[in-house]
Amino acid sequence: MPAPTLTAQLLNGFAAGLLLISFSMLSQRRTRALITLFAWQGAILFASTSLVAYSAGLRHLWYSAALTLVLKVFLLPFILLRLVRRLEAQWDTETLLNIPTTMLLGVGLVIFAFGLAQPISALATTITRNTLGIALAIILLAFLMMITRRKAVTQVVGFLAMENGLFFAATSATYGMPMVVELGIALDVLVGVLILGIFFFQIREQFESLDLHHLETLKED
Amino acid sequence: MIIGWNSGPAPSLVLLLGLIAGWLGLGLAGLLRPHSVGFVARVIFPVGALVGLAVGLVGLGALRPGSLPQTLVLPLGLPDLPFHLRLDALAGFFVLLLGAAGMGISIFAAGYFRAGQGTAPGLLCLQYHVFLASMALVLLADDAYLFMVAWETMALSSYFLVTTQHRIPEIRRAGFLYLLIAHVGAIGILLSFGVLQGGSWRFTFDAMRGQTLGPAWASVAFLLALGGFGAKAGLVPMHVWLPEAHPAAPSPVSALMSGVMLKTAVYGFLRVSFDLLHAPQWWWGGVALAVGLGTGLFGAVFAAVQTDMKRLLAYSSIENVGLIFTAVGLGLLFQSFGLHLFAALALSAALIHALNHALFKSLLFLATGSVLHATGERNLGKLGGLIRRMPWVATVALVGTLAIAGLPPLNGFVSEWLLLQAFLSTPEIPQPFVNMLVPLGAAALALTVALAGYVMVKFYGVIFLGQPREPALAEAHPAGWLERIGLTWLALGCVVLGAFPRLLLDAAAPITASLVGATVRRGRFAWAIAPIAPERASYSGLLFLAGILGVVGFTFLAVRRIYHGRVRRTAPWDCGYPWQTPRMQDTAEGFGQPIRHIFGSAFRLERELPSPWDTAPRYRIHIEDRLWRLLYVPLGRAVQRLADAVAVVQGGRLAVYLLYAFLTLIGLLVFVL
Repeated sequence: MPAPTLTAQLLNGFAAGLLLISFSMLSQRRTRALITLFAWQGAILFASTSLVAYSAGLRHLWYSAALTLVLKVFLLPFILLRLVRRLEAQWDTETLLNIPTTMLLGVGLVIFAFGLAQPISALATTITRNTLGIALAIILLAFLMMITRRKAVTQVVGFLAMENGLFFAATSATYGMPMVVELGIALDVLVGVLILGIFFFQIREQFESLDLHHLETLKED
Repeated sequence: MIIGWNSGPAPSLVLLLGLIAGWLGLGLAGLLRPHSVGFVARVIFPVGALVGLAVGLVGLGALRPGSLPQTLVLPLGLPDLPFHLRLDALAGFFVLLLGAAGMGISIFAAGYFRAGQGTAPGLLCLQYHVFLASMALVLLADDAYLFMVAWETMALSSYFLVTTQHRIPEIRRAGFLYLLIAHVGAIGILLSFGVLQGGSWRFTFDAMRGQTLGPAWASVAFLLALGGFGAKAGLVPMHVWLPEAHPAAPSPVSALMSGVMLKTAVYGFLRVSFDLLHAPQWWWGGVALAVGLGTGLFGAVFAAVQTDMKRLLAYSSIENVGLIFTAVGLGLLFQSFGLHLFAALALSAALIHALNHALFKSLLFLATGSVLHATGERNLGKLGGLIRRMPWVATVALVGTLAIAGLPPLNGFVSEWLLLQAFLSTPEIPQPFVNMLVPLGAAALALTVALAGYVMVKFYGVIFLGQPREPALAEAHPAGWLERIGLTWLALGCVVLGAFPRLLLDAAAPITASLVGATVRRGRFAWAIAPIAPERASYSGLLFLAGILGVVGFTFLAVRRIYHGRVRRTAPWDCGYPWQTPRMQDTAEGFGQPIRHIFGSAFRLERELPSPWDTAPRYRIHIEDRLWRLLYVPLGRAVQRLADAVAVVQGGRLAVYLLYAFLTLIGLLVFVL
């Protein structure tokens, strides 16, 4: 087996960084720190996308990278942080499962994701193919985070992290999606966050708390 | 809009589509001034009635001898799934029915609707005309897609019409029951079409005609169609919505639903069982026959014990639909044994009875509407003696009553006579078992028809004859002139078609020629028929009419002129009993009592009998359908239990919902792996 090129090594490094951040998001209990982590995840995503764009010489990936930088590193974290400040919801305290259990579950998910990605990576021809397993793992971990959190804001961060994973999966498997699709998703995410922001205010208005277990009372009996 | 045709020009069909669009346009025009009764009722409804007349004439045109089916493909609907339309003799016959009955009902409605609580007149006008247009589209549809779209539009628009007085909880409940059963039926029809396409995945009726299904699949399709269309038509045990929904709706709507909408179900059933499925098996006919007879008898017995005049008519509709399905079943039976002439006879009876029922049942529902407006009463126990206050309504209602009771010389007799003739032809059936059983059906038919006569005597006698049972009835005002025109139009239809019965056979002939490949014998004269052979049985309506008019006229003259001509008006002899009150007349309950006694096991009775010492005695009787407790209540409970079991999934916790999505994702990924 020939030694991997510098680009591939760098890419693997970025992928590992993303996974690491996913895990730290899973264990992080403070909302502001979580948003900062999300911004860092976006930054690494930007770096890896730029790298792929440079090495493969694909122009549209540069646009994607720029979009990532603007949207996920600056705009969304900014909106979320402002929201958290306005809602005074910096302290997300408890999770539904305790952190060690969640981490163990996360490890299981990563193994599952790698097992799943193996046959697909074998077929891929891109230089990024080894990272597909990581991308899947990021998606599943983000999902797990959504399940185990109680507060509405952290759920949104989990949702956005999942989108990051999908984006990473797209670049790693097929050098990204068509520009139109990517633009559409970016806009959806932006609008989604704005709408959810409005919802947060409504939820707090109604229940004087952002804790989601209050929503259980909405069920019709 | 581009209209593409695939087999030559289709002028009648295009004209008909224009008329349907006209109905829709009129409906929308009602929204211009939604609260103005004057505009909606006096302008839009009469125009709608004229459109109805034109629709009827186009339908009549499609029945001309030698007129070919016209088809049209409209590039509407979903991509790659255009609407196919077809106007053939069968569709034309029912279009004629829709137009003729719709004309009378719309004219009546113009005089009927007033400002009041409930739906605004403009909205009502939109719903009413959408209802008419969707029924027309059901008849013209030539693919399952357009058929279902029109069918559901019909169900929904009629649902909103039924719940016009939506502030009353009982009416909301009746509407919901109707909607529920309509949807169950629609699912049956949809599945039936799914079977009929036979793996070709093409849903035009043309493609379905081309399929040859195995006997098992064909039977499945037939039974699904019987269930689906039966739910709309009101066959037992799916009849429960009828006696609830018909009284809840305003009278013109009841007339339209009972007179026309039930017939679209008959049309659909005929389309599937004779046209799309071409080789009937003999037991199909047996099933339809048995269900039809059971429904007929059930309807007649229940109608006899009702005390609400619209409920009584609703049960009578169930009975008549039963008779129509009996005739269709008999036709299927004959057709499966290759007896084409007799199949044509039975099918003619079914079609003619459908048309007749549309005329006289609409007429009677409208008459109850007039009575309701004049008195504010639907309960038979509080009516009576209205023939003096409302002579016009009483006269046309008498025509309708005699027609529905199946008495010559009116049109009801023609179809029932034809049906009986068809029954009398059953000895020709080669299967000995069927041969022995079907005459029992003839007996049941005779019983049903006789009971229907009994019901109608009760209906007419209690409402119009005798003394007014309530003092308020003295203020009853006669119907307006628009209402009278509508009623008279329908009554004239009953008389003319009864006097010239061959017109009916002429209308049915092209249909039987295309569906069963034979036509019954039609004589030289429009006023006489002898469908099989003149020496076997013949009937001449005009002769009867002339005879009856002659006898009545002569008697009138004899009494007034020849006898002595002095007429005194005086109180009838009261047997020397001085304290007679109108409440001593026979009541609806009293009149129905023998039937209630004889068929006691069919009902579930709840009675409150006053004791002899009551100072204010009240007699209350509540008659319930046993099927409701035996079938519907357990079914409802089972559904509730199932729903409760499923509702455990909906715990209300967001994390759990997310977990469902997560597990599904993992499961799917594992599946892919």
